[in-house]
Amino acid sequence: MRQPVQPQFLDLTKIRLPLPGVVSILHRISGFLLVLAIPVSLYLLDLSLRNREGFSHAIAISHSLLFKLTASMILWSICHHLLAGLRFLLLDLEIGVGREQANQSSKIVLISSAMLTLLLLGVIW
Amino acid sequence: MSWHLSGSRAWLMQRISAIYIALFLAFILITLTLGNAINSYEQWHSLWTSPAINLATLLFFSLLLLHAWVGMRDIILDYVTLFRARLLLLALLGIALLGCQLWAIRILIT
Repeated sequence: MRQPVQPQFLDLTKIRLPLPGVVSILHRISGFLLVLAIPVSLYLLDLSLRNREGFSHAIAISHSLLFKLTASMILWSICHHLLAGLRFLLLDLEIGVGREQANQSSKIVLISSAMLTLLLLGVIW
Repeated sequence: MSWHLSGSRAWLMQRISAIYIALFLAFILITLTLGNAINSYEQWHSLWTSPAINLATLLFFSLLLLHAWVGMRDIILDYVTLFRARLLLLALLGIALLGCQLWAIRILIT
């Protein structure tokens, strides 16, 4: 069977993604980051539930700079993944599939996930 | 094409799990912010061991790991075209996610 012809040497700096494409790739990147966060979350839950010392240790970790920086990125990932995911669910229901509406909803997702993240950052920092 | 091979089942599971994950996270966020403030290990421990939350959290991790499997599988199949590399990465992913599932069970059922 012949291999299908695939585009070669894609120049990422020359690709202009439309806004829905940006939302889509960020949905993928945030999902990947969230998968990495699963074992870390399990570790912290495990530690915090083990005994009193573990609980204090987990709280100490949560106050560290490294944790807060990581948590900030994960919070954005959750916000973006959730809102972009809701947008995809609406698209499944054929709501907002027109080009204008798709652009509009992409803007809404990008802006509201950034604002929601800032709001949550205020809580953890 | 059959229901199984078309990917419709993965498509559907991804959406069902997504809805549960979102509802669970909203519920936990509300419980932690509006409920009694948690200041001690005892309060924290009793929160996660109360039967309803314990069960809901177990289901959350199961569906989250399933969601992660479908999403990561899509990523691997999109970017890794070499058959053997694909197989290896999928196997490693499966082992890692299964490990997380067992870990979650051990944390929540003790």
